[in-house]
Amino acid sequence: MSDPIVKISGLNKWYGDFHVLRDIDLDVRKGERIVICGPSGSGKSTLIRCINALEEFQEGEIVVDGIELGPNLKHVDAVRREVGMVFQSFNLFPHLTVLDNCTLAPIWVRNIPKKDAEAAAMKFLERVKIPHQANKFPGQMSGGQQQRVAIARALTMNPKVMLFDEPTSALDPEMVKEVLDTMVDLAEEGMTMLVVTHEMGFAREVANRVVFMDAGQIIEANTPNEFFAAPQHARTKLFLSQILR
Amino acid sequence: MNDIASSSFVRRDLLAERPAPVKTTGFVGLMRTRLFNSPTNILLTVLGALLLWFTIVPSVRFLMVDAVWSGKDRAACLTENVGFAVGACWPYIQAKLPQLIYGFYPEAERWRVNLTFVLAVVLLVPLLVPRLPAKGLNASLFFVAFPVVAFFLLHGGGIKGFGLSWTAGLLELFDDSIIGAGQALLDLSKTSAVGPLLWVVGNFVVLIGTAIHWLILPLTWLRDQIQAAGQSVWADFAVTAVIVSLIAFGLGGGLRTGWRALASSIVAFVAIAAVIKLMGLDSGGLPVVATNLWGGLLVTLVVSVTGIVTSLPIGIALALGRRSTIPLIRIFSIAFIEFWRGVPLITVLFFATYMLPLFLPGNFTVDGLVRALIGIALFTGAYQAENVRGGLAAIQRGQGEAAAALGLSWWKTTSLIVLPQALRHVIPNLVNSFISLFKDTSLVSIVALFDLLGSLRASFSDPKWSTPSTAFTGFAFAGIIYFIFCFGMSRYSLFVEHRLNAHRRN
Ligand SMILES: Nc1ncnc2c1ncn2[C@@H]1O[C@H](COP(=O)(O)OP(=O)(O)OP(=O)(O)O)[C@@H](O)[C@H]1O
Ligand SMILES: [Mg+2]
Repeated sequence: MSDPIVKISGLNKWYGDFHVLRDIDLDVRKGERIVICGPSGSGKSTLIRCINALEEFQEGEIVVDGIELGPNLKHVDAVRREVGMVFQSFNLFPHLTVLDNCTLAPIWVRNIPKKDAEAAAMKFLERVKIPHQANKFPGQMSGGQQQRVAIARALTMNPKVMLFDEPTSALDPEMVKEVLDTMVDLAEEGMTMLVVTHEMGFAREVANRVVFMDAGQIIEANTPNEFFAAPQHARTKLFLSQILR
Repeated sequence: MNDIASSSFVRRDLLAERPAPVKTTGFVGLMRTRLFNSPTNILLTVLGALLLWFTIVPSVRFLMVDAVWSGKDRAACLTENVGFAVGACWPYIQAKLPQLIYGFYPEAERWRVNLTFVLAVVLLVPLLVPRLPAKGLNASLFFVAFPVVAFFLLHGGGIKGFGLSWTAGLLELFDDSIIGAGQALLDLSKTSAVGPLLWVVGNFVVLIGTAIHWLILPLTWLRDQIQAAGQSVWADFAVTAVIVSLIAFGLGGGLRTGWRALASSIVAFVAIAAVIKLMGLDSGGLPVVATNLWGGLLVTLVVSVTGIVTSLPIGIALALGRRSTIPLIRIFSIAFIEFWRGVPLITVLFFATYMLPLFLPGNFTVDGLVRALIGIALFTGAYQAENVRGGLAAIQRGQGEAAAALGLSWWKTTSLIVLPQALRHVIPNLVNSFISLFKDTSLVSIVALFDLLGSLRASFSDPKWSTPSTAFTGFAFAGIIYFIFCFGMSRYSLFVEHRLNAHRRN
């Protein structure tokens, strides 16, 4: 297949003396959907936050679309332009309308004229099915709607890779579905995605690979069928037995 | 049986008329339900009424009922002449009004003060009304153009050069001080124990100074040529306009997108030229009125408006500095804030006025009013820094992370995401500081500047108007003026707060 668009090699990170990420090696090919799961505190968030340099790391290398991100985080800006991120707590800008949330980065980072940026943003808001709420403030929307706006906001920068850090964990059950549907749509359009989630249904349906982490290491990585049907490592089996009751 | 009977009904006795229930609306209703509905409330109502009786009634009596409204001197306000206990003596305020507004500003030049007030109002009011357009232009006129124009209007005087010679002069001053420092080190090295070390450092500093001297030589040479050619202001103006416009063109994106920047630069310079010509700045300008003649409301407004406008950016910069990850900036900000917060404003003003001149090099003087202005701006800036910091602390980390993940730089994240939210949180605190600054300006009268209160107290000593009620009248008048300004700020801030926090209402 094609070259990896994200290549993580020998990644090590410490918080003080605490070794959070240990020798992580992970290649993500273009168009691949990877679900990362694991117990709380296993370093899932830390790992995907390293990919767009929200966290610094001490050893190893991350290459995103040919741009190299070493421990000195030299090409941060270039990498961030290629990588979109969706957070567990949405992190929409509460003082800006939905439309302004979606045009801010195109206007100020890519220097796109306001009119064009708004037209593009409306297209993405249509894709996540909330075009008629464009002039509302985030505080006036439901959690599911806010998370879909957050997805649209990340998409306006035309990222090559999308990172999701537990995008549905802060949502009520009926809203989880609308956000997952949006993510499935995105996957079907061929977006490269790294998703930290405990939604195993989503993993089964969408993922090309499931990565299981524990104690800062990748314990097991496999296709969803193999992963759920025949987990190899004892730790994986325990985790799955707890989560799939 | 029972069911069927109850479905038919015939009235046997007509109902008697009843009185209306207890009234709950209108004044009577308010009295019944809120003011006199329980023993505690009756007590509180009576106390409140007494309080009003003993404050409002005497004030109204003093200010209006027992006041004297016209007269030519103190005789009009003396109880034995008018036949009742005299309250406020308004003709005294009328006679002293010019002094209270302008201080000792020469009478023939007072139109300049009036013009400045008019300009300020004309520029400020549209800025405060959110519905009006062109806020960017309006703001730059008020915050950049107005202060300069106001300076030349109020103070007078003209200019001898323009951007080029100012830049050259500033660089020369900077360079001279570097060479001076190097020379001082060399002198010191002759006597000091660590002589050789000082000698090396001194020579190095002098070397740097000399290098800078050669670097800026083209600039100083050009300046000297222009100064020698006569018409120095306009030649300098033209050179500056060309250089700045070219830089704007280049920064704006050159041949592709730079035309807008070029056009606005040219428009700005044409406007500057018009102002220079109109005010005759190239030929000496208006007669100089030294700041020690300024006084009254003029000084109060100059000090407070300058303080308000400059303290906020200072405060924002310090607050950001205090949260910086760069140790040097953080330590400087903390030290600066804590120093100014730890010192009373009076001390600051005394220091700025009487001590600072002793520290500055001999021929270098700063105007007394400017010294007080700087002191107040830095003092208030330190307080505003803590207000702003409170707002910054209320912003969740996720906001900055989301902005960073979108590729926004630190500066853009701060100015577009963090500060707009942080400032909204602390509008009440910011305005609180503005209001206390406005009132604290009266402290400048301690360092021989005659603000509104200072001018008022000076006018007490006029024997022509000395009556028992003169001082009370004067303080009442000053109180009303201060109250109008402070209450205005307070109401406007409520309005802004309400408007900007629209996003928090569902
Ligand atoms: N700023 C920090 N300083 C020190 N330790 C931290 C910091 N942030 C996270 N950690 C620790 O690093 C470990 C990994 O955290 P991380 O947030 O990546 O876990 P996670 O797998 O995302 O867990 P969850 O499912 O609960 O989100 C945890 O043990 C956490 O306590
Ligand atoms: Mg996490």
